[in-house]
Amino acid sequence: MGYDKRVDGRKPDELRPIVAKAGVIKRADGSAMFQIGNTVAYAAVYGPRDMFPRFLQNPQRGTLRVRYNMMPFSGAGDRVKPGGSRRSKEISMVTEKALLPVLNLEDFPNAVVDVFIELPQTDAGTRCAGICAASIALADAGLSMKDMVSSVSVGKVGSMIAVDLNYAEESYEEGDVADIPVAFIPRTGHVSLLQMDGLIDKESLKRALEMGRKACARIYEIQKKALKERFASSVEVNSTDGNNK
Amino acid sequence: MGELLVQDKSIVVPGEEVAAGMDFLPTEGVYRDGDKLVASRLGLLAVDGRLVKLIPLAGKYLPKRGDVIIGKVIDVAISGWRVEINSAYTAMLSMKDATSEFIARGADLTRYFTFGDYLVTSIVNVTSQNLVDLSMKGPGLRKLPEGRIITVAPNKVPRIIGKQGSMVSMIKDATGCKIIVGQNGIVWLQGEPGQELIAVAALRKIESESHISGLTDRIKAFLDEEARKLQIGQSPIAHSASGGIVPQR
Repeated sequence: MGYDKRVDGRKPDELRPIVAKAGVIKRADGSAMFQIGNTVAYAAVYGPRDMFPRFLQNPQRGTLRVRYNMMPFSGAGDRVKPGGSRRSKEISMVTEKALLPVLNLEDFPNAVVDVFIELPQTDAGTRCAGICAASIALADAGLSMKDMVSSVSVGKVGSMIAVDLNYAEESYEEGDVADIPVAFIPRTGHVSLLQMDGLIDKESLKRALEMGRKACARIYEIQKKALKERFASSVEVNSTDGNNK
Repeated sequence: MGELLVQDKSIVVPGEEVAAGMDFLPTEGVYRDGDKLVASRLGLLAVDGRLVKLIPLAGKYLPKRGDVIIGKVIDVAISGWRVEINSAYTAMLSMKDATSEFIARGADLTRYFTFGDYLVTSIVNVTSQNLVDLSMKGPGLRKLPEGRIITVAPNKVPRIIGKQGSMVSMIKDATGCKIIVGQNGIVWLQGEPGQELIAVAALRKIESESHISGLTDRIKAFLDEEARKLQIGQSPIAHSASGGIVPQR
């Protein structure tokens, strides 16, 4: 018997419920919360600011520095050592590379933009949730960006091609599983993250990515809404008794 | 033919297409991609004739030549002072721009400005590498005496100052505090302790309510109310005052 019905009753192309909010961490320059199903990601952005240690500075353009971290009590409560691991270091790196194409850091040579992603609660798809949150937070920080980044995981569970796998699906044991986190730059449709665990055939991969693209378009709308809601009350700023000096 | 894809004065996010066609010209915060104009940051769309720009809603202070700002001395170097200006970069105040006095070779620079001093200073130059040069030569530029320093969002500074300084003058008159607002969002106040708190609360109120119309009237009402409370001996600060003296950002 194959996997023909998803564990949580979703349709193959259905995302888990999403909540997104910008400006959740007051002291940060920009911040966001992104929840998809039981996976919760917080992102805080600081900077651009002076970069230390100095030898890391790049005189050509600003640097993006991402730190991804799953909190020790997140997930299934396994015995997780707090702090960095090989896995979190890798994900920090791919997140950085997923976000870098949209950032205009040329105006900030020698400076650094720090992005901290923390996951208090995880149920698969953490790097995607982290990228979505970070993208909102970067925009919230007022940085110059070409576009946002939206990300979701797609994959094949048994014989079913599905988007946004949860942990139960990711660890499905009765058949092959392919877990493919993917990030899109919504306006141009460029891919800025593509990784895979498991096995998948060419046709299924194409279909999975197409589903991912559509899912990301929906996520993008939610990200956009989160940012607009944060500043919704500011709309009148320049139409009322204001001038700019 | 050019057409706007988003309404004027609405909030746009990075990557949002704001106009189509070659009739519109991209300026601050907008870039052209093919025949589309695309927002490159979070802001309010402002269309002025053919020019399309974004008014930022968030972001750090960007140093501009001629701005009068408040900075904090964080380092004393061989020939000048390094100053923190609430921006991505620190600024440099060189000896020759600091004072018209003669400073002998090897003199102790901390005699003029030392660590932790706050200065009202103006930006004389911003280089392509974002090196910011400061000067203390000009009317009103000086070291600040003791007082209270708060930081506000740099994009709210024009609102705090008001038209021809009307808003800040109103707070000064009502509270009797001396107030200096730096373009970089650092504000210095000095006055009676109780009055200082009222002034800070008023500034926080402007910061959080600047988008609601009738701001001037509301701030005036707030100041009157606080003054009345002070007179009848109540606790000078209304705890409902938004933000109060809790530091933000």
